[in-house]
Amino acid sequence: MKKFKLSTVLLAIAAPLTAAVVSIIISSLAVLATKKSPMDAYTTMWEFGTTSGSLMQMLNTATPYYIAAIAIAITFRAGLFNIGVEGQLRLGAMFGAYFGAMFVLPPVVHIIAIMVIAMTIGGLWAAIAGYLKVKRGVSEVISTIMLNSLAGGLSSYLLANRFADRTTASNNLSTKEIPASGQFPDLMPLLNKLGVEDQPGGGVYGMLLFAITLGVLFWFVINRTRFGFELRASGANPIAARVSGVNSKRMTFVALALSGAVAGLAGLPAVLGDTHAFNMGFRTGIGFTAIAVALLGRNSAVGMAISALLFGFLEVSSRALELIDIAPETYVIMQGSILLSSVIAYEVVRRYKITLQSKELAKAVEA
Amino acid sequence: MKSKSLKALQYAALLIFILSIIRIFTGASDLTSIGTASAALLLSVPIALAGLGGLFSERSGVVNIGLEGMMIMGAWAGGMIGSKHGPWIGLFAAICFGSVGALLHAIATITFGVDHVVSGVAINIIAAGLVRYISTIFYKSGAWLGPSQSPDVASIGTNGLPVLSGGTYFGWKSPDVLSVLAEKHWFFISDTAAVIRGVTGDLSYVTMIAIAMIPLSVFILWRTAFGLRLRSAGEAPIAAESLGVNVYAMKYAGVLISGGLAGLGGGFLAIVAANHYQENQVAGRGYIGLAALLFGNYRPGGILMGAGLFGFADALQLRDSASIHALILLVVLILLFLVVRDFRKGKALKAGLTLAFASLSLWYFLAVDQLPGQLVTMTPYITTLLVMAVASQRLRMPAADGIPYRRGGMK
Repeated sequence: MKKFKLSTVLLAIAAPLTAAVVSIIISSLAVLATKKSPMDAYTTMWEFGTTSGSLMQMLNTATPYYIAAIAIAITFRAGLFNIGVEGQLRLGAMFGAYFGAMFVLPPVVHIIAIMVIAMTIGGLWAAIAGYLKVKRGVSEVISTIMLNSLAGGLSSYLLANRFADRTTASNNLSTKEIPASGQFPDLMPLLNKLGVEDQPGGGVYGMLLFAITLGVLFWFVINRTRFGFELRASGANPIAARVSGVNSKRMTFVALALSGAVAGLAGLPAVLGDTHAFNMGFRTGIGFTAIAVALLGRNSAVGMAISALLFGFLEVSSRALELIDIAPETYVIMQGSILLSSVIAYEVVRRYKITLQSKELAKAVEA
Repeated sequence: MKSKSLKALQYAALLIFILSIIRIFTGASDLTSIGTASAALLLSVPIALAGLGGLFSERSGVVNIGLEGMMIMGAWAGGMIGSKHGPWIGLFAAICFGSVGALLHAIATITFGVDHVVSGVAINIIAAGLVRYISTIFYKSGAWLGPSQSPDVASIGTNGLPVLSGGTYFGWKSPDVLSVLAEKHWFFISDTAAVIRGVTGDLSYVTMIAIAMIPLSVFILWRTAFGLRLRSAGEAPIAAESLGVNVYAMKYAGVLISGGLAGLGGGFLAIVAANHYQENQVAGRGYIGLAALLFGNYRPGGILMGAGLFGFADALQLRDSASIHALILLVVLILLFLVVRDFRKGKALKAGLTLAFASLSLWYFLAVDQLPGQLVTMTPYITTLLVMAVASQRLRMPAADGIPYRRGGMK
């Protein structure tokens, strides 16, 4: 029995280990191709990436990734795929910032109000895909991609013509600033008390704490509630789910709308914690990188947290590569190769496990 | 088959007829101009190529969301290699690079059995990243002027139909009858002439090759033994295997051809539609190609229609936003047609709702002189979404599409 346990441990780490090794090989080749030393690249990244200023930026980068990845994981668990997170988070952040600047409420209530607005907008936008899927049979993959492009056009139109604050003379179109009661406090004062010193350009988004809470909530709802069970059931085996009384059409709609609502929050860490307004500099691509984060993290709350941090680390630490004349874009190669090799490695290990189990079973039956 | 193409011609004539009426009423002369028709063709070709790529892949049973990534690889290779070694070698490189992306997808999905959508999305992310990484290196080495744009590629020659739409044949300069007709502004006749002139004149040789791919695909998939085997791998792989078809090989072939076509589509964007590679040049066309494939119900003719529709919407929004404004009138007409149909069927409530929507659109048409630019760029995507909403329910995809296949039924 002891031997069996060892093999399960080996199997559990086999996939991530293989993926890590393969991706290091690929990234090293990419660096070597430019006639630079990969070792230099890695040590530079490690040294720069582990300074406390970089670690703070890593957290700030990872927070929106994590929230968006949870949104995507909700649909993955239901056997669906919401590629439209990019558009949902953009619209959510813009409407949240615009309406949030129109009123003043008591501190916590104000933030909650902005979040509710962002969630409503993101949820409604994704619900279009849900409606089209349930009522008209349109693949949510296609419709959410189209909705992304529509969200891009709509947000630039609304920002330029309706939402921008005309009183400030600046080239950067921006909504009005959200009053102090709606700004999410930074974690820096708290960290100061713990003995962390201020860093130039530093600060840690307060929404990091919210993201962690959301992760716990995601784990609980998916794994420990009836709703989560029905969601997973309709994803794993729609026919069996329907036979056992799960309304799979309703689940499809709810999963997409809920995913959109969570996605609507993913743009807020920067808006509420840093810019306090929605402007043209709003970061693009969060929703797409988050797909990779969700895939790498196997749709589990802990896994996605680790991969969000990893992606954040790679992104921030690779900036130092400029100093030794290597393209900082190397991190994209690293992220991509980690993603593909891990997806393949997990599939191979999963299949090997099944073969192993059926062998064990055969032995047990014979004995 | 014959009656089908006749019907398609009738529909095309009807569409031009309606557009001519709208042109007369609104004065949006670009609606049926030569320029619009030829721009529409130029914009349709990459989407049709991506859609055909999707066709080969999905007919063999592999869902290919990675088309976008393969197009990116193709566009980039077309710009990079085409600017150095000429456009034809650039196009060949585009096909090769698209196939490399497809090979990755094939290894992951067919050999390792990874979920098709997951692998495809991973390919898209990787392709975009890889291309950006190498472009930066080229830029740093001084070969490129910017990190997101390749040097210019020499252009490929054009030609037209003899007598009807100009062009040169062995030194003989052909007359251009259709252009003359189009200049006359006769109702319907000039419109038809302009549309035909637009899609037959000044054609790049690559465009001709791309158009030829459509009947060629029909022939390969439905008239050859290879095509039958490939389709059987997508419909019933276990049965196919039992009859001696090498299902893995068929799927590999399908995915690789798919990547080659998508790569060609990308190369077309860089070399023919523009004259250099630029970051974000593909801009979701791989996905739209996939939508065209679904809209076309997994058939080449349908793909062509889907791609044409998107190309037309895209051409209008690029050339003249006033025409998009006029297009609202077309929507109103279609809605009114639906109202009459629903009312006859006794669906009064549905008819009433549609009528309300139609009046709303009409009011918007009358109230607004010109649509804001940012909204006009959304036209192709709204069109795709609406068309999918109308068309999706009669789709029949290959029976084993998207299901990972293991020889001998192993898990």
